[in-house]
Amino acid sequence: MSSSVSLRDVSCVFRSAGKTVHAVAGVNLDVQAGEFFTLLGPSGSGKTTCLRMIGGFTLPTDGRILIDGQDVSQNPPYARPVNTVFQDYALFPHMSILDNVAYGLMVRGVDKASREKKAQQLLETVQLPEVGQRKPPQLSGGQRQRVALARALINEPQVLLLDEPLGALDLKLREQMQSELKSLQRKLGITFIFVTHDQHEALSMSDRIGVFNQGRLEQVASPADLYNRPSTRFVAEFVGAANVLQGADARRYAAAEALMIRPERVQVRRRADDTAPGPRVSGVVREVQFFGAFWRLQVQPLDGGAPLLADLPVQGSDHAPVVGETVGLDWVDGDLHIIEALHP
Amino acid sequence: MTASSPTSAAARNGLLDRLSTLLYTRRGLLLGVLLAPPLLWFGIIYLGSLLSLLANSFFRLDDFTGQVVREVGFGNFVEIFSPTNLDVALRSTLMAVAVTLSCALLGFPMAYYMARYARGTQKALLYVAVMLPLWSSYLVRLYAWKLLLAKEGAISWVLQALHLQWLLDAVLALPVVGGSSLSFSPLGTYLVFVYMWLPFMILPIMAAIERIPGSYLEASADLGASPAQTLRQVIIPLAMPGVAAGSIFTFSLTLGDYIIPQVIGNSTLYIGQVVYRQQGVAGNLPFAAAFSLVPIVIIGVYLWLAKRKGAFDAL
Amino acid sequence: MRSDTTRTSRPQRGASLGLKLATWGCVLFLHIPLALIVLYAFSSEDKSYVFPPPALTTQWFGVALERQDVWDAMKLSFQVALWATGMALVLGTLAAGALARTRFFGRDAINLLLILPIALPGVITGIALRSSYHALEIPFSFWTIVIGHATFCVVVVYNNAVARLRRIHPGLIEASMDLGANAFQTFRYVLLPQLGSALLAGGLLAFALSFDEVIVTTFTAGQQTTLPIWMLQELIRPRQRPVTNVVAVIMIALTFIPIVLAYWLTRADEDSHNR
Repeated sequence: MSSSVSLRDVSCVFRSAGKTVHAVAGVNLDVQAGEFFTLLGPSGSGKTTCLRMIGGFTLPTDGRILIDGQDVSQNPPYARPVNTVFQDYALFPHMSILDNVAYGLMVRGVDKASREKKAQQLLETVQLPEVGQRKPPQLSGGQRQRVALARALINEPQVLLLDEPLGALDLKLREQMQSELKSLQRKLGITFIFVTHDQHEALSMSDRIGVFNQGRLEQVASPADLYNRPSTRFVAEFVGAANVLQGADARRYAAAEALMIRPERVQVRRRADDTAPGPRVSGVVREVQFFGAFWRLQVQPLDGGAPLLADLPVQGSDHAPVVGETVGLDWVDGDLHIIEALHP
Repeated sequence: MTASSPTSAAARNGLLDRLSTLLYTRRGLLLGVLLAPPLLWFGIIYLGSLLSLLANSFFRLDDFTGQVVREVGFGNFVEIFSPTNLDVALRSTLMAVAVTLSCALLGFPMAYYMARYARGTQKALLYVAVMLPLWSSYLVRLYAWKLLLAKEGAISWVLQALHLQWLLDAVLALPVVGGSSLSFSPLGTYLVFVYMWLPFMILPIMAAIERIPGSYLEASADLGASPAQTLRQVIIPLAMPGVAAGSIFTFSLTLGDYIIPQVIGNSTLYIGQVVYRQQGVAGNLPFAAAFSLVPIVIIGVYLWLAKRKGAFDAL
Repeated sequence: MRSDTTRTSRPQRGASLGLKLATWGCVLFLHIPLALIVLYAFSSEDKSYVFPPPALTTQWFGVALERQDVWDAMKLSFQVALWATGMALVLGTLAAGALARTRFFGRDAINLLLILPIALPGVITGIALRSSYHALEIPFSFWTIVIGHATFCVVVVYNNAVARLRRIHPGLIEASMDLGANAFQTFRYVLLPQLGSALLAGGLLAFALSFDEVIVTTFTAGQQTTLPIWMLQELIRPRQRPVTNVVAVIMIALTFIPIVLAYWLTRADEDSHNR
């Protein structure tokens, strides 16, 4: 059983060092039951504060938080059908792993045999069947992360909150955990609300993403929509490399005040294959960066205007691009995206 | 609480749950509940006592009835400035200063060694060696010195064995600090004070020196300073807050003490003794109260000076 | 004043001879007097403090243990210390809970207030209490002593508790509540086990402090005799010197144990935290 989570006009304001900080300002959000929803944004953007308000660790100064339509805004954490996987796992160091996982059942009065059995089952689900009797300091980071997950699931919550749980893991482990979390969510069918500042993580795991910037929610969309049709400049630049053009630069290419096109959508044509009709833009290569599967070129258009980033795939290229080379840039009209609002 | 539905984290209504929720949503209330007992205790019992002390210092003792007369007057304060009392205050302050300086000089080398050279077991051993006297009984340590300083005691015996008895006699014949024997002279009092408070000086200095980043010392050596110069120019100035912190203890403890001068010393009086006698034997609580403000003021001034040297950060 | 060895690097050459002499000289200076007392407790001489002792005997231990006044004094000290420690534990823990993490107006002032009984000379605390007992016309009793002791023992417990609380990860409390424990359950299952060793150490130190205390006690005890007061009386007007020596050794032993235990507990704590 899983629930929907809604934030209605939620704000969180507090005073720190004599200044008023608007950690979260007027956020409206609807997470559907059974969804894998990610809160994405840079540090200080308010995404973690939002998560903490859903969990009950911080109380909103304004607005309401609803779970399945019930107003839980002022409820403490233990009175919400929500469980959390913390960024640094927060395992109880003085208890064994088994006791850690069984904790949620212990405080609800479940008898020892039942809860230990369930805890052991969960440890098997996260592929750590042998560690029950050890203590948290004896486990590696990756193992602790799975224990934290198991512990959070024992109460069968309707919503699981994950606060940047993969941040402390190295790349390989992180990628592995990403796919495991995704399949776990599908299997359990409960609502996952995931916080991260890593856009790749967000794009690969989520059903929908909410992008935060300075306490405000700038856009909520599926990964594809977010990537291809960002509604603000911030979102465009945060979610991936982007060419964002404003004002006169934008009008050069379309009837709009603000435009975006992704570098990988900009086709690079070189002298050698000059058989097609004239390119949209001709320019000189100013910088070349090698990214393994492609080069990223910074091209200065010959007729003036802002420089454009373009990706040239390695496959199909005769030779590496050089600085000073003249190239032609082209694109499909549909890949040029008009940004409706520079700011929300 | 039933175990049958772990999925229902719905309304929990036990009394503890409701109380817990109340404290959770009203953090101010939680703070109040936590702070109320200690604050009430300290406010009423301790601050109240200090206030009543202050009040008493304005009252006076009726010579005939021996009762405390509760009228505001400044007689006690005038009395404080009488020659004998000023003498007492001066003597106590000088002793406190002498003890503080000696403890700093004696304690610094040991603190320096402990901070910079001692490691592992040796360091733990030295740390315990300083901690134990600090925490063990004041009176027992005092008693030990009474034994040591007695005419027939260990120090005398050692000096006799070394044929240095004449030295002791010469020292005891000195005007201000001498006396009939070590245990009946200000010199003896001074020795015992230094012994008592030495650990209080060593630990803060050690902590302060430990906090000096190794890179400072390396930089000093790199720039050409000899170890002695590094000690003088870098270590000692940076260790000063620790010295100041330790000095707060030695100064204030010496200033208020009345037992050591009574057990080991001649009949000259110190502040603590005056206060004690006035409130005890003489029954003159008002004057004792007034006189006890003297060390408070002196210590207040000293604390202000120490704070400027950074002592509070070193505590 | 905690020892922190992580930052200073060890110098290339060892310490000079002079420095080593100064250090170990200090250690001797600090400990020889105590060793001497233990020696004297076995001395057969009973009229003076002659050194070296003419002969060694254990007879005085027997004599001391038969003295009723010694037992009474020890019993009183023990009871006072127990009660004072108990009250200090409660008050100190509450205060630590309030002040460890939250920042509010007046926090530093309260901190200072708790430290004051130890910072100001004992004479002041003693006479202040005496004058308020006098003003309220409260006669001296067991409780007048306990109140005085509890007041300066609070800060010892408080310091230990605050240091420990500051090291407890705040996420632990949140995790506990997240999993369904209310504030009281969280305290019982998560905070208390973590705090336990710090409270024990603080309690042991408070006990030792109260057991040894004499200055404030003389002001608040009236006619009663705790062991330190007994000792003080012997210092001023010795009755049976050998018995005093024996009692001194007993006092050393009785405070030695809690101190070492408390130190060991605190180190074990810090070590497991740093791991």
